[in-house]
Amino acid sequence: MAAVADLWHLFVRLVRANVRMPVFVIISIVQPVLWVLLFGQLFRSVAALPGFGARSYVQFLAPGIAIMTALFGAAYSGMGMLADIDRGVLDRLLATPVARGALLAARILYSAVQVAVQSAIILLVSAAIGARPHGGAAGVALVLLVAALLGAAFGAVSNALALLTRRQELVIAVMNFIVLPSTFLSSMMMSGNLMPAWIRSAAMFNPVNWAVVAARGSFEGNWALLPRNLGLLAAFALVAAWLATRSFDRYRRAG
Amino acid sequence: MTPAIEVEDLRKTYAGGPRGARRVVALDGVSFAVAPGEVFALLGPNGAGKSSTVRILATLSAPSGGSAQVCGIDVAARPREVRLRIGYVAQASGVDPTATGRENLTLQGQLYRLPAAALRARVDELLGLFDLRGAADRAAITYSGGMKRRLDVAMGLVHRPEVLFLDEPTTGLDPESRTVMWEEVRGLARQGLTLLLTTHYLEEADQLAQRLAILDGGRVVAEGTPEALKARLRGDRVSVELADRGQVAAARQVLAGLDEVAAVLVDGTTLYAQVAHSASALPSLLAALDRAGLAVAQVALSRPSLDDVYLDATGHAYRSEGAGNGDRSDGAGDGDGSGGAGKAAAAAAATPGAG
Repeated sequence: MAAVADLWHLFVRLVRANVRMPVFVIISIVQPVLWVLLFGQLFRSVAALPGFGARSYVQFLAPGIAIMTALFGAAYSGMGMLADIDRGVLDRLLATPVARGALLAARILYSAVQVAVQSAIILLVSAAIGARPHGGAAGVALVLLVAALLGAAFGAVSNALALLTRRQELVIAVMNFIVLPSTFLSSMMMSGNLMPAWIRSAAMFNPVNWAVVAARGSFEGNWALLPRNLGLLAAFALVAAWLATRSFDRYRRAG
Repeated sequence: MTPAIEVEDLRKTYAGGPRGARRVVALDGVSFAVAPGEVFALLGPNGAGKSSTVRILATLSAPSGGSAQVCGIDVAARPREVRLRIGYVAQASGVDPTATGRENLTLQGQLYRLPAAALRARVDELLGLFDLRGAADRAAITYSGGMKRRLDVAMGLVHRPEVLFLDEPTTGLDPESRTVMWEEVRGLARQGLTLLLTTHYLEEADQLAQRLAILDGGRVVAEGTPEALKARLRGDRVSVELADRGQVAAARQVLAGLDEVAAVLVDGTTLYAQVAHSASALPSLLAALDRAGLAVAQVALSRPSLDDVYLDATGHAYRSEGAGNGDRSDGAGDGDGSGGAGKAAAAAAATPGAG
């Protein structure tokens, strides 16, 4: 119980720190909305391609952008951990009886909650320009859950990197290296039907694609692909959390 | 009586780090004990092992060998129980700049699981005690260096620890803030708190500590009360700086041959001669050097100070940037060059030289 209280106090600290930066809040809301509007317009005619298989591009894009935002929003979570290390905040917290796991879990939880909120805003904006959640309330809730899971997973990976390398430049470089390719090796913006075969094969092993497929299925009320992709995503999140925990242990041992 | 802190043959070796750092022996068998209620200082240049010792005592770092106990509890075996009894104020601060002073203090108390009402009262009390009430609800990023440091110390006290570790409490502070911090430390000592402070300012250790240990190259080279350490060096000291480095050996021979001189130490182009009375010995010292044709650039006389204690114990003059046994800065992380240089400059400005 004490560990849960610790987690809560540390989570509140992270929420407070970010909410206090109005520019950060505004950008993190405006940016995904821009993605929806921009890509929705830019690729509008794509949906008309034979074999694309979606009624409108915005309908197709909405869950994809929700996942994209989750990915981008969580990928740099490790930077906060590095700031805590550099300012001595992490050491200070480690010198208290705080549950060790709560220090990492608070960051991962924060990533999950942050991207779920952003995804909810994207679905709202998308609805305003014509996207319809055929999966109903359950479908929308599942999109948010999927986004949160992916956010938690990438938040964990990012923190693991931060703890292992302790260098901002490396965290940024490695996450940049991962984020864009995994975006385009997925059906986030392009229907799987129209992908080159090798990309379609690569996407099968891409956690971002698992999230996109699970989110789009939930949004469309097409449940057939959900269990498999959600399961894979959950497994990926667990592996990422394990990796982050190991990195944290290593960091503390190196003290 | 159980000592508040007991360190025995403590050793710490850092493996090569992620940045290609070499293997570094930070602690090479450190032993000392601190009685409950005592103010004890670890004095030494950067890299001497002060922070490494404190980090082990604060359970942040595992010793490579030897043992460390706080309130009779082994830090490696039962870290949780140690954490409940200690406050830790690191060299690298630990204040969350995005949170207010009150929030920083409150989070600290919450993690020690203080009941909400008692915590609120305690936070108010500390804000008052450390003169932070007016800034309590401002983000700590707006605080001056002195205010931030006071908040740091207050954060270490929220849960009323038995032992407080202050790692370089005045490094980087302006002289005025330093004086304020000294007063705070004296106040804490009067309340019966056991204090272990580290410093590379000789004057600070002299002013605040009831007892101190001088660390050099990961070893304790001298230990005792400041008075006892100084008294051990009987007599005065004459420091003679030569104009020509090539004449150091000759000058040493000349000085050592004089009846008035009990001992001579050399550091660079400066010779330190231990004499009974500097004023009466000086003329014959200078005359002897002159006869030997050795040019003197500068002469200074001094009563024994901690500088002399340090010189006597280590064989080299005190430099805060240190002559430690490695290139790892004695900070929480890998300090950058510019920060280290700034610190050294500040130390040089604040430490009255041997003359």
